[in-house]
Amino acid sequence: MENIKLTAKDFASTLPVKWCPGCGDFAILNQLQKAMAGMGLPHEKYVVVSGIGCSSRFPYYVNTYGFHSIHGRACAVASGVKLSNPELAVWVVTGDGDGLSIGGNHMLHAIRRNIGLKIVLFNNRIYAMTKGQASPTTLLGAKTKSTPMGTIDFPFNPARFAVGLDCTFVARGIDTDMAGNAAILERAAKHKGTAFVEVLQKCVPFTDKEFDTLKDPEKKEDLVIRVEHGKPLVFGKNKNKGITFVNFRAEIIEFKPGSVPAEVAVYDETSAEMAYLVSGFQAPEFPIPVGVFRAGEKPSYEELYYDQVAAIGDTKDNELETLLSGPDAWEIK
Amino acid sequence: MNKSPSKKPIKINELDSITIRFAGDSGDGIQLVGHQFANATAIAGNELSTLPDYPSEVRAPAGSIGGVSGFQLSFGDESVLTPGTKPNVLIAMNPAALVVNIKNIDKGSIIIANSDAFTPAALEKAGYTSNPLEDGTLSNYRVLAIPVNTLTESTLKDSGLTKAQILKCKNFYVLGIMYWMYDLPIEPTINWIKTKFKKTPELAKANHQVLAAGYAYSEATEMFDARFQIKKSPVVPGKYRNLTGNEAAAYALITAAKLLKRKLFYGSYPITPATEILQTLAKHKANDVVIYQAEDEIAAICSSIGAAFAGCLASTGTSGPGLSLKVEATGLGVISELPLVIVNVQRGGPSTGLPTKTEQSDLLQAVYGRHGESPLVVLAATSPADCFTATLEGARIAVKYMTPVIVLTNAYLSNGSEPFRIPKLRELPKFEIPPLPEPERFKPYGRDPETLARPWAYAGLKGYEHRIGGLEKTDGSGTVSHDPENHEIMSKLRAEKVARVAAEIPPTKVYGAAEGELLVIGWGSTFGAITQAVNEARKTGLQVSSAHVRYMNPLPPDLGTVMRRFRKILVPEENFGQFRMMLRAAYALEPIGLNKMQGQALNADEVLAKIKEILRGN
Repeated sequence: MENIKLTAKDFASTLPVKWCPGCGDFAILNQLQKAMAGMGLPHEKYVVVSGIGCSSRFPYYVNTYGFHSIHGRACAVASGVKLSNPELAVWVVTGDGDGLSIGGNHMLHAIRRNIGLKIVLFNNRIYAMTKGQASPTTLLGAKTKSTPMGTIDFPFNPARFAVGLDCTFVARGIDTDMAGNAAILERAAKHKGTAFVEVLQKCVPFTDKEFDTLKDPEKKEDLVIRVEHGKPLVFGKNKNKGITFVNFRAEIIEFKPGSVPAEVAVYDETSAEMAYLVSGFQAPEFPIPVGVFRAGEKPSYEELYYDQVAAIGDTKDNELETLLSGPDAWEIK
Repeated sequence: MNKSPSKKPIKINELDSITIRFAGDSGDGIQLVGHQFANATAIAGNELSTLPDYPSEVRAPAGSIGGVSGFQLSFGDESVLTPGTKPNVLIAMNPAALVVNIKNIDKGSIIIANSDAFTPAALEKAGYTSNPLEDGTLSNYRVLAIPVNTLTESTLKDSGLTKAQILKCKNFYVLGIMYWMYDLPIEPTINWIKTKFKKTPELAKANHQVLAAGYAYSEATEMFDARFQIKKSPVVPGKYRNLTGNEAAAYALITAAKLLKRKLFYGSYPITPATEILQTLAKHKANDVVIYQAEDEIAAICSSIGAAFAGCLASTGTSGPGLSLKVEATGLGVISELPLVIVNVQRGGPSTGLPTKTEQSDLLQAVYGRHGESPLVVLAATSPADCFTATLEGARIAVKYMTPVIVLTNAYLSNGSEPFRIPKLRELPKFEIPPLPEPERFKPYGRDPETLARPWAYAGLKGYEHRIGGLEKTDGSGTVSHDPENHEIMSKLRAEKVARVAAEIPPTKVYGAAEGELLVIGWGSTFGAITQAVNEARKTGLQVSSAHVRYMNPLPPDLGTVMRRFRKILVPEENFGQFRMMLRAAYALEPIGLNKMQGQALNADEVLAKIKEILRGN
């Protein structure tokens, strides 16, 4: 097979990109174009499918095959594309409202099947395109246009939702963390089966302060923990804090920088249990975890599907008449 | 088949056609014997039409009235167009089956009853205070009370099977009796038993023995004074199989994909009475058929739209409530101008309604039921085997015009069956798709000047990378456009494209005189009943003609002219006048309606009565 070398530029579209100035979508777009280029497939083998929402304008800005479908249905449309032609690299771009509210059912069934979709969910905790209503990830008590007295719905934690569904690849990034996100998307691109990537992102007009503290150079090292397979769960500006597990409960311990105690847990991305505990960390008790929470192996839906076809023995070249005759046809002369 | 000499000469009566109804508990294997009997009549060269009629409960309480399952069929010469109005023979496997069906059979008809099932408890469950087989209430019928349980048990007394296993075979005893009475071949069922029970040879042997015993019993006993030969139909030579409407639709989709040389994609969610399409296609995964049992109706159609974008012949199937759930995505199909076949098997509605019963009440939903100006093509099938032709035509139009197409069938057609002649490749229509220009000249919304279809450049095709979606498009380039004038242009183009499908519609056939007093005009599943009624009416000297519409949107271009040649128009339909409303809107005519909303098909008697009422004023 020819060695295909594409760059992010090959995926850049000529259309004017219409997001608000300062929106994290610009950064994610760049990172995604890079991740695609790294997949090594011919240009025409990429498909970006989206639903409705700000993030869902993505397909227009990626110069491949793209389908800007309807609200919540991106995973369903994308599943049809992928199963029809498993050679295609199918990316789904969605948001917290699109992917977890109106499209929640399709999201969870895509993950259940482990169909080979790369799902990137932009979590800005708001319905932005309809101008500021509470979304399924809006924090409890937050005042929005549809919740003037504060939300009374408990929010979803998207990454933990995916972990809970035994998704074979789950990660979380922060839009402005270029290096971190690039690494996550690169791994998602290579994953077989469903890859679910949550990207934390603020919405300039409606949730302008969201996640700001996670990006503050002074505070972020104490508020964010980067999980990495095989590495101890350590964080803090001085790398002096770690996570231990006592009776399945996480605790933070402090120690002298440079001497990580043995009881600090070493992250294991193959462990569903650890992924569940860590992805559940909430502020202010715990640092917000980012990185690859879960990476496991399971046959993909399309693999199992076409294995079955191979097992029956392909008969697609049979005469139409044979195909239509079935076992109980009779002849009238 | 060997005919053993009978004890005494038996009178053979020759009949044009006959209607038989098997009825019993839903656990009695009624549908199974019905299908076997239907196959035997087909193999014997009869025309036939079947109507399975079963309760919506998976297993209603045994012996209850709600649990009665029925299978009716009519077979005979070419005059057989429907499963018949009233059975000439009723097979009642228990008292509940008798009580449910007796009101629909004429005096003088034959009732074959399993007398062993008429126990005091079963009689009470069915609401009888005394045994109708003994108390004389059936004296106006020809009753054959046969102890089927006892006879089955004595046949299998040495089989080593349990009593429960033995009694499960009793339906084959009855089938054996029926094969003898109607001089039908027993071998196809024997072969079927051998295949079906391959893994349990003891059950294969038992069912075979019981079937043969039923046949032999009829031959040996003097209970029957007559045997019937039913006239055969002069059929076109060829290879045949018996297909239900759902199977026919499934095979049409496979055939369409073969003619198009693309994979078939069928995304679907289980729903009565459309599920058999999914199940039939699921057996054909190795024939380039991709089936996808989606998480819901919306995902079913959305996955199909994705498949169309990836170049498959995309299709989905459902029934009324499911079609409602698919409405938004159907709009996406319309604006993204992707080919998509939606088979909608209509059932009694609204909501869950009568999920196993038939109706024609989704016509307006199919033609108009979407947000925005959202035209698409709607076709309707006329008979179980015609579900093949209609679905194949739907697929041909979908890809030629790059549009969603809804094919309307209903529970009457989907569950009913008739012989289907397997077509030769050369007899099938050609599939054309809009030409795909060179990549440099490719515009996602460039149009074929004749059909207005846009090119079908699918994901994975080198040099045609492009973006589509639900937002309004600029004509030609396909880029997103909010321009007011462009929206009107695009709305008109989409409407005009669907209107041009009229060029595909053959001239409307009028059965009978081309002008006169009354034209009965129908659509979809009422074809058999209307044709039979009009034939009957003409025999009695009434001047009446009929026409049947397959293309519901757009309507046949000559339909107005055809209708204006008659003084009166009668539109029989299984709804409250949906097609009549469309005809009034399109042609400013005032047709008369004959409307039935009982979950049962309109029958020829009802149509005939209405014709007489109109023409004779009675």
